[in-house]
Amino acid sequence: MTDATTVLGPDEIRRALTRIAYEIIESGHGADDVLLLGIPHRGVPLAERLARSICEAEGKDRGPAEIQGQLDITLFRDDLRAHPTREPQRTVIPRGGVDGRTVVLVDDVLYSGRTIRAALDALAAIGRPAAVRLAVLVDRGHRELPIRADHVGKNLPTSRSERVSVHLTETDGEDAVRIVRPAGASGGGAR
Amino acid sequence: MKHFISIADLSRAEAISVLDTAEHMAETQSRSIRKLPTLVGTTVVNLFMEDSTRTRISFEAAAKRLSADVINFSAKGSSLSKGESLKDTALTLQAMGADAVVVRSSSSGAAHLLAHAGWIDQPIVNAGDGAHEHPTQAMLDAFTLRRHLVGEDRLGADLAGRRIVIVGDVLHSRVARSNVLLLTLLGAEVTLVAPPALVPVGADIWPCEVLYDLDDALAAQPDAVMMLRVQRERMIGGGFFPTPGEYSRRFALTTDRAARLPEHTIVLHPGPMNRGFEIAGDVADGRRSVITEQVANGVSVRMAVLYHLLASTSEET
Repeated sequence: MTDATTVLGPDEIRRALTRIAYEIIESGHGADDVLLLGIPHRGVPLAERLARSICEAEGKDRGPAEIQGQLDITLFRDDLRAHPTREPQRTVIPRGGVDGRTVVLVDDVLYSGRTIRAALDALAAIGRPAAVRLAVLVDRGHRELPIRADHVGKNLPTSRSERVSVHLTETDGEDAVRIVRPAGASGGGAR
Repeated sequence: MKHFISIADLSRAEAISVLDTAEHMAETQSRSIRKLPTLVGTTVVNLFMEDSTRTRISFEAAAKRLSADVINFSAKGSSLSKGESLKDTALTLQAMGADAVVVRSSSSGAAHLLAHAGWIDQPIVNAGDGAHEHPTQAMLDAFTLRRHLVGEDRLGADLAGRRIVIVGDVLHSRVARSNVLLLTLLGAEVTLVAPPALVPVGADIWPCEVLYDLDDALAAQPDAVMMLRVQRERMIGGGFFPTPGEYSRRFALTTDRAARLPEHTIVLHPGPMNRGFEIAGDVADGRRSVITEQVANGVSVRMAVLYHLLASTSEET
């Protein structure tokens, strides 16, 4: 048996993403030079939502499709030989490329930081952005590399034995962030 | 997947997974920096006991684009008997620290022997063994066919209902055998066309139709025509067809025959070509031809195969 606690519901997720969209705009990068790159799988719908919010707020001619894409990191991971074969995903860079733009990497959960390390390498193989920033829905701590997020939906202190499960409407049919505790660990049995 | 030896070992899902990975590999090859760090620190040995230019170079390029180290090992000229030679070679490669061995041999079953004799633990990739199989060639042909015949929505797709005609020296062709297995696994309808003497014994139980008249096969409006090289160096003693002229008249893809094909039909050839013999020069260079594209796709497909064998845990799953 596992024990799951919902920490963010649909409204909290929407508010967190709206706030991040405004943060990105206010940090000086309007819809003109910003490029949101989602990391598959769940970073991709998050990047799409942020791109829509930014375009709505800015009221520019540019559509969300022009400021958003996706960046696959599979071929740049450092742990491939520790897992069964991972199927690479698509990388989609919109017209104009990454050169000279402010790229915001978007992912659902920031944990060890290894995914972002791989993403920086993957990005360098594509071009040379003016700056790279990081937006995540949840930062759960336990970093193994000197990496931090510029925009965080929610800081979520967790233990390593817990699992953070992010569900999004686009991929899972609902918006929710839950902490899942394994059976026997913390609280559950100890009444 | 532990080894990549025969299409017969593959499931439909595995075949599609390799094709999809190859699509992603191809996408990385259009970037400004084409080298990927994926296999850094691994060593791939190319063990080529039979002449080959494009397959060896293609495997070498694929391994290097994934940052693997490549050792080219030519066992040509060895006077040792076949079994002993292969065993000693395998022990040498094991001792040298190879992480995977790509093997080409004129003996059918060489790759299988290397994989299962217990001499070497590493993944083995068959780069062509005698008249048996050439599975990476079939994968690149399927990849090329899927790109042209399925189009945009090809990720995850198979070749269901596509009609493919394979023409020529089926008897000596490991490419034909691997292609019949793979294309039918992917749902395509395959027709072999050859003079009776160039159809191998037992082809009647292959999952395809066998015809002896090229014009009949082309009249059925296939989606793709794959021409095979007539392997005259293997036709010791002759007698497979009366004269080269007779063969060309009946089985070559001439300008006239190509002109009668449907608009969308593509033409493939695994190379090297005998221009003017099994395929007319202007057909090989014409708008239907995807022959040079096959070579480029070969690198992406071999990257995908190396990725599936080397970029995962070696424990069986």
